[in-house]
Amino acid sequence: MNVIEIKNFSFGIGGKDILRDISFAVGQGDYTSIIGPNGAGKSTLLKCLVRIFAGGKGSIFIKERNLKDYGQKDLARLISYVPQSGEETPPFTVKEFVLMGRYPYLSPFSQASREDEMAVQGALVITAMEGFMERRMSTLSGGERQKVFIAAALAQGAQIILLDEPTTFLDPRHQHDILRIIKKINTERAVTVLSVTHDINHAALYSRRVLALKEGRISFDGSPKDIMNNEKLKEIYEKTFTFIEHPKSGIPIIIPEVE
Amino acid sequence: MIPLVIHRRFLLSSLLVLSLMTLIVMPFIGFIAIAPHDIFSKTTESSVFWNIRLARVFNSFIAGSALAASGMAFQAIFRNPLATPFTLGVAHGAALGASVYIWIGLGFSVFGFSGEAFFAFFGAVLAILIVYGLSRLKQGLSTPTMLLAGVAVSFFFSSLILFIQYLSDFTQSFQIMRWLMGGLEAVGYGSFLDMLPFVLSGCAIIFYQANELNLLVTGEDIAVSRGVDVKKVKIFLFFAASLMIGCVVSICGPIGFVGMMVPHICRLVIGQDHRYLAPAAILFGGIFLTVCDTLSRTLIAPAEIPVGVITALIGGPFFIWLLLKKEG
Repeated sequence: MNVIEIKNFSFGIGGKDILRDISFAVGQGDYTSIIGPNGAGKSTLLKCLVRIFAGGKGSIFIKERNLKDYGQKDLARLISYVPQSGEETPPFTVKEFVLMGRYPYLSPFSQASREDEMAVQGALVITAMEGFMERRMSTLSGGERQKVFIAAALAQGAQIILLDEPTTFLDPRHQHDILRIIKKINTERAVTVLSVTHDINHAALYSRRVLALKEGRISFDGSPKDIMNNEKLKEIYEKTFTFIEHPKSGIPIIIPEVE
Repeated sequence: MIPLVIHRRFLLSSLLVLSLMTLIVMPFIGFIAIAPHDIFSKTTESSVFWNIRLARVFNSFIAGSALAASGMAFQAIFRNPLATPFTLGVAHGAALGASVYIWIGLGFSVFGFSGEAFFAFFGAVLAILIVYGLSRLKQGLSTPTMLLAGVAVSFFFSSLILFIQYLSDFTQSFQIMRWLMGGLEAVGYGSFLDMLPFVLSGCAIIFYQANELNLLVTGEDIAVSRGVDVKKVKIFLFFAASLMIGCVVSICGPIGFVGMMVPHICRLVIGQDHRYLAPAAILFGGIFLTVCDTLSRTLIAPAEIPVGVITALIGGPFFIWLLLKKEG
């Protein structure tokens, strides 16, 4: 079943077209990476899916229901979102912040139910952040904070998770941690993953499908091994790359250029 | 930090006890000494206690609560420590309305509101609508647009007030000046009953949105993705808080800084969770303004210092402290 279906969708901000006539569908349990140059509309696409940006031409269906017909809380029970890191430091403790992910299930004055507590606990376990429960968000490192943001999105209990550059600004260890967590969410919890990234190698090695955006249009949609060549990537990035076969996965990956 | 160590419920109950004590003790303090046994006798003291001081204490408490609650809500929805309904032009709107009334020299009352309060309320609503309209014309309630619109409207209204003062005669001009300082001396149980429905519903709405406020302070995008209808919540809170403050200001004058200071102090002590912060701000706001008003009528008794002057004298240094703290 397709959990997301986008048909001829266009979206602009202040008279400038950001997304142009986009159509694609995402199946239940998929792991899709979205790549593309700066300004291609990747983040905008995610924001349209959670209605941070509303409007646009064409249509978006979430679980075969038009996005426009969802109440914001109903939508939040189906899709969660991890924003680009770096900007926000919520003035709460880790536990308080993750518990706020349960908002779509809470009534104004109710205390957290057992189910809420379980969801929070589960999210903290899968991100390996249980030990940080009582810490204030402001005392965490960038990598730890990113894990908590993912945990909070998970606590939301949604079947679809959207991530906007989840590994940007992180050190290699935390990048690897985050990628493994996402993979785990995808395989163990069958959560559909849609992840925007600038790291083409990560996209190729971790996801089952890669979507490339360029100037608001889809310029590639297919399996990772089909995009890892200069014919396709030059079209997207206007640059050629040097490839080498990954010793374990056999997928071609990009290696850094010498000067 | 302190917030998690001390139990929030304990803090809230202490504030509740403190509020009751304030309401009971403050009416006894003043130029005319009143002993507890006086209040049930048929004396001047008992009349001063019941008819003047107790009414005034009720008024200052409710006004303080309203100022603090709305300040807290505005700081959260605009994610700006300096945002209060005052920053968004409400006070200047009310002041302009009152100035116009004094200048024209009318004398009437509507539904128990004095003509002055009626004009002031009308001015406040006008300011709210202009700020709302301006920001709608642009990007639809984005924080910087609204704050700037508020500042612009405030400046414009200030110059109109100055112009009216220039046109007024000496007495009117003094009356306008005095109104601008804010004060609670001319209010009785009537004004209390006028403010009560606005303040109760305003505070209830703000309290009811505590979860939404928590998410808003973590960022609008996150709030939306967690299921908050941010646009609707912001408009709802904006109007609830503004109307409440419009009503309070039109009766008590623009009493500054309470709406900015009290929520900050409460945040430092009780933390950012609005389910606890909202009741704390409501109670502490009431206590704070009642104590300030008691000071205003006792410091140079039998004369009075306008309560707006007292809150501003405390607020100015507090403002500077806040700035320095943010820098460091």
